[in-house]
Amino acid sequence: MKDVFIIDTGLANLRSVEAALERLGCHPRRVRNATDVSKAIHLVLPGVGAFGPAMITLHRENLASALRQRVLAGRPTLAICLGLQLLCGGSDENPGIAGLGVLPARVSALPPGARVPNMGWLPLAGGRDHKEQGPHAYFAHSYAITAGESERLWVSGWQVLTANHGGPYVAAARKGAVLACQFHPELSGDWGQRLLAAWLDSSPGKEMSWPA
Amino acid sequence: MAGVRIIPCLDIREGRVVKGVNFQELRDMGDPAEQAARYARQGADEIVVLDVTATLEGRLASVKAIESIRRAINIPLTVGGGLDGPEDARRLLDAGADKVALNSAAVARPALLTELAEQFGRQCVVLAIDARREGRGPWQVMTRSGSRQETLEAGTWAHQGGQRGAGEILLTSWDRDGTAQGYDLGLIEEVRRAVNVPVIASGGGALPRHMQEAVAAGADAVLAAGIFHSGRWAIDLLKKELARMGLEVRQ
Repeated sequence: MKDVFIIDTGLANLRSVEAALERLGCHPRRVRNATDVSKAIHLVLPGVGAFGPAMITLHRENLASALRQRVLAGRPTLAICLGLQLLCGGSDENPGIAGLGVLPARVSALPPGARVPNMGWLPLAGGRDHKEQGPHAYFAHSYAITAGESERLWVSGWQVLTANHGGPYVAAARKGAVLACQFHPELSGDWGQRLLAAWLDSSPGKEMSWPA
Repeated sequence: MAGVRIIPCLDIREGRVVKGVNFQELRDMGDPAEQAARYARQGADEIVVLDVTATLEGRLASVKAIESIRRAINIPLTVGGGLDGPEDARRLLDAGADKVALNSAAVARPALLTELAEQFGRQCVVLAIDARREGRGPWQVMTRSGSRQETLEAGTWAHQGGQRGAGEILLTSWDRDGTAQGYDLGLIEEVRRAVNVPVIASGGGALPRHMQEAVAAGADAVLAAGIFHSGRWAIDLLKKELARMGLEVRQ
């Protein structure tokens, strides 16, 4: 049984992601210290709540640099929802607070006119032109990386999926065995489960790919 | 934009799915985890579980039932019933809810919405509004499973709720609930004008046409119970029909 460590900062709701990992035959373990974050084979950075308080918690618990290092090394790391945003340089949600800075992008508020929070299922688009229509995923968020930033991600070696809610934005980015999702794979039905399985199958020497 | 979400609702009591009219003569309709899993397989976009008598009996929704539903489904789960404070919300989320719905406790103490949004994020906080109207009068908010009518108008309350931190409104027409006559479109329009957060229409939906009308009135999602429990509509067939009518749905 594969141990999967989940960062537990006391803020996020972890049960759904744990249940999804258990369905895939894994043994999820909640951790909150830098040693575990460094040594975990597979690590999940979940997240609900606000950008600023979450970053402050990561620094206070001394987890920020261990997280940065493993993402930069391409080790199996899954960042979900706010987790994806925390990997970025910063967010309009709390402009004064720096993110982990491993995703070369900035997070902004969903455009005015769109329903906020964005709650529901959206089809994902692949390719640099956002044209290949793919499966649906479940989103629950008010902030996102606009698709305008995605070229920087592609140039830095990230593979990007986008979705559209009042304008295109980054739905997921992966590089090596690092997967960052704005949507919730654990709540995205059978495709979400296949995505988690693909990530669990990845390792530093084995890049993951998007499931069909 | 997101397609319309189709949400089956499970009313539970003592760990079983029940169905009754105005909470009278509750009939046993089966095991909640099995039903939730069946709906998820059929393509439900989300599951709502309401512990129908929790508030009246002064207790929290059944944690055990929520845990078993969570294990059985890989789609979002909203739970409501008897929630009285952040500690209750924490217990429901720990059991596997992704969102918590609250009605009576929020009316009694609106600041609770803000506390929950700050602690868990507003996407976790669903404001359940039960409403009814007398004749052509305003839609009034009902609490405590419809046993108390508040001096509070649904639109005003929805607006306040959104400002205070609700990330979604679960809007139930007490006049239409159980009638199969269609959602209360005027109520949906009124609440849609008052908020920019998603609105789930509930109460009276029995036909694809009802759902189409609710979406046209401003609903982002439609909730139903009886038509699914009775087997009159399987969710995949309902979605096919809605798509044929021109609605965007996830299939």
